[in-house]
Amino acid sequence: MAATPNDALPTVQLLSTEGVFRPNDAAAEFLPYLERLTEDDHRRFYRDMVVVRKFDTEAANLQRQGQLALWVPSHGQEAAQVGSAYATRPQDHVFPSYREHVVGMIRGLDPVDILRMLRGVTLGGWNPEDHGNFHLYTLVLASQTLHATGYAMGMQLDGSTATGNPETDQAVIVYYGDGASSQGDANEALVFAASYQTPQVFFLQNNHWAISVPVTRQSRTPLYLRAGGFGIPGIQVDGNDVLASYAVTAKSMDDARAGRGPALIEALTYRVGAHTTADDPTKYRDPDELARWVARDPIARFRTYLQGLGVEQEFLDSVDEEAADYASDVRRRALEIRAPERSIIFDNVYAEPHPLITEQKTWLERYEASFEGGQA
Amino acid sequence: MNDETVTTGPTVTDGAPAASANLPMTKALNAGLRQAMLADPKVLLMGEDIGPLGGVFRVTEGLFAEFGDKRVLDTPLAESGIIGTAIGLAMRGFRPVCEIQFDGFVFPGFDQITSQLARMRNRHEGQLVMPVVIRIPYGGHIGSIEHHQESPEAYFAHTPGLRVVSPSNPHDAYWMMQEAIASDDPVIFFEPKSRYWPKGEVQFGESGSPLHASRVVRTGTDVTVVGHGAMVSVLLQAADIAQAEGISIEVVDLRSLSPIDYGPILASVEKTAHLVVAQEAHGFVSVGSEIAATVAEKAFYTLEAPVLRVSAFDTPFPPAAVETHFLPSPDRVLEAIDRALAY
Repeated sequence: MAATPNDALPTVQLLSTEGVFRPNDAAAEFLPYLERLTEDDHRRFYRDMVVVRKFDTEAANLQRQGQLALWVPSHGQEAAQVGSAYATRPQDHVFPSYREHVVGMIRGLDPVDILRMLRGVTLGGWNPEDHGNFHLYTLVLASQTLHATGYAMGMQLDGSTATGNPETDQAVIVYYGDGASSQGDANEALVFAASYQTPQVFFLQNNHWAISVPVTRQSRTPLYLRAGGFGIPGIQVDGNDVLASYAVTAKSMDDARAGRGPALIEALTYRVGAHTTADDPTKYRDPDELARWVARDPIARFRTYLQGLGVEQEFLDSVDEEAADYASDVRRRALEIRAPERSIIFDNVYAEPHPLITEQKTWLERYEASFEGGQA
Repeated sequence: MNDETVTTGPTVTDGAPAASANLPMTKALNAGLRQAMLADPKVLLMGEDIGPLGGVFRVTEGLFAEFGDKRVLDTPLAESGIIGTAIGLAMRGFRPVCEIQFDGFVFPGFDQITSQLARMRNRHEGQLVMPVVIRIPYGGHIGSIEHHQESPEAYFAHTPGLRVVSPSNPHDAYWMMQEAIASDDPVIFFEPKSRYWPKGEVQFGESGSPLHASRVVRTGTDVTVVGHGAMVSVLLQAADIAQAEGISIEVVDLRSLSPIDYGPILASVEKTAHLVVAQEAHGFVSVGSEIAATVAEKAFYTLEAPVLRVSAFDTPFPPAAVETHFLPSPDRVLEAIDRALAY
């Protein structure tokens, strides 16, 4: 069993599991970053976590109803994702894995664009340049860690980082998980990042399960400790504590933008749902373990904290209402997604003309037109 | 892993370039890389030992000194890392040229090439370009150890989204390198290392052929033979021997393996009615097989014999002591030519 947050361990925690603001010793250096947050930010954190969970449930329903090929739930990981996403600045670039729905939403992505990929009408779904520099989901685990590192190398080479201006200096954050941490690419990315001192944060969500395999099979050491072997700082944070996730990521992203090099953050969280809608965790997971983590629910914890601050019930109710509206709007628009033209098979394989592709496209057009009622 | 060195040839100097020079392919490639780097500040080189050493084959010699460590990046020893970070750099607007040290070392980077690089533009629905060149010294005839003499081009030619080319001579090497770097698509650039050292005339004025054009390099009337990379010189040797025996061979240098330019091949077969396809690669599921099938289909009524293939055997590349038995030789090509003519 991997370490779980408590005062005896170096896991950064600001909110106790009961929702009381009680920073542990490890949190001390991150406290100044909380001063950047306003009460509105707190409300936004809460709102986004509630909305994405409702969206997540709705998307799973759509899959069950045959409207999506697959769904990848993020239930349980909302605090790690919301906190880290709010630590990015507009000029930063975000390389997700494939479960970071709310990170995309915070960066300006319409989640229906995520559903388009899972409905089988596109292999991508959006142009990162127009959507908050939120790059495409990558389905081969850890491949994106190297793309992120190369991108961060490019920021250095074109002089877009470490100039001393925090308003314009750029950095990269890349998301991956405990399963992906075993991939060669994740480790090569850390080697390259350390060698070139890239402006980059590796945000590792340890949700404790890689489909059916527990994190203990991936690593016999806490994953954040691996960073030391690569020569970069490693920090473990309670990923179900949205404030701690924010503060730790804000510091590492600031360091990255300022030219102080890369860092690895391990956010301890839990995949409450299945790996995907094709998975059945009851076959391999201890229900008591699940119950323990459900009891540490990140949304409930933050709600308790907000209530302690005197946030009124009307606000909490209005968020629930907004989330329900949001989810039904997503459902309505998901059902309106239409299949693309067959020409997408051929159109963007190459940037420059390719005779074989041109020949095959022409052939398919003629072939399908040859049937009665076929499209010309 | 290899301490091959090259003889130093004349260097193309900036300022008053000569109209032509007699260069080995290593120097021609070096000059091509240099021209591309001068032409576009976004071009950068990355790979193992390519900096102060100039690469194990010295193809990048002098470029680190001239352009510095922001244009010529000695990378950690990890091929997937090289390709994966090159993808990120290309996303950022750079035009990376990656050196894979030897043919047999590309496979740690195979997933990033086939699952990521080749598909990135398609996945992005055309909203980005992937101008990445991957240079791979390849092929046998150099007497080296395992993983240093292979011809893995079919894997890449089979992969949608990649372009695959291989020059056979210094002039083409100089121009094709610059054209590959200028391409907005990923290009796998196979350099025939047994042809690294023979000198040839490089014309600096114009290339003569676009990147993906095949070209007749010797005219003849009886049999067409097609090959690429180091095989072209084997085919020319075979043609010389055949000529002494009264057989006229037309040799087509394929130059591009994806896409394949069938125009000159089919025009030649129209004339000779016989085709032999030769390659250093394994024959099973190979570029040669593809050409044989396509020409059989498009020139069925012209051919007077089946298209014959001359390939390496479908075994691992053997210990170098027996490589001459493994690799197609001029005699093996002539044997196929005789068989084709005997139909």
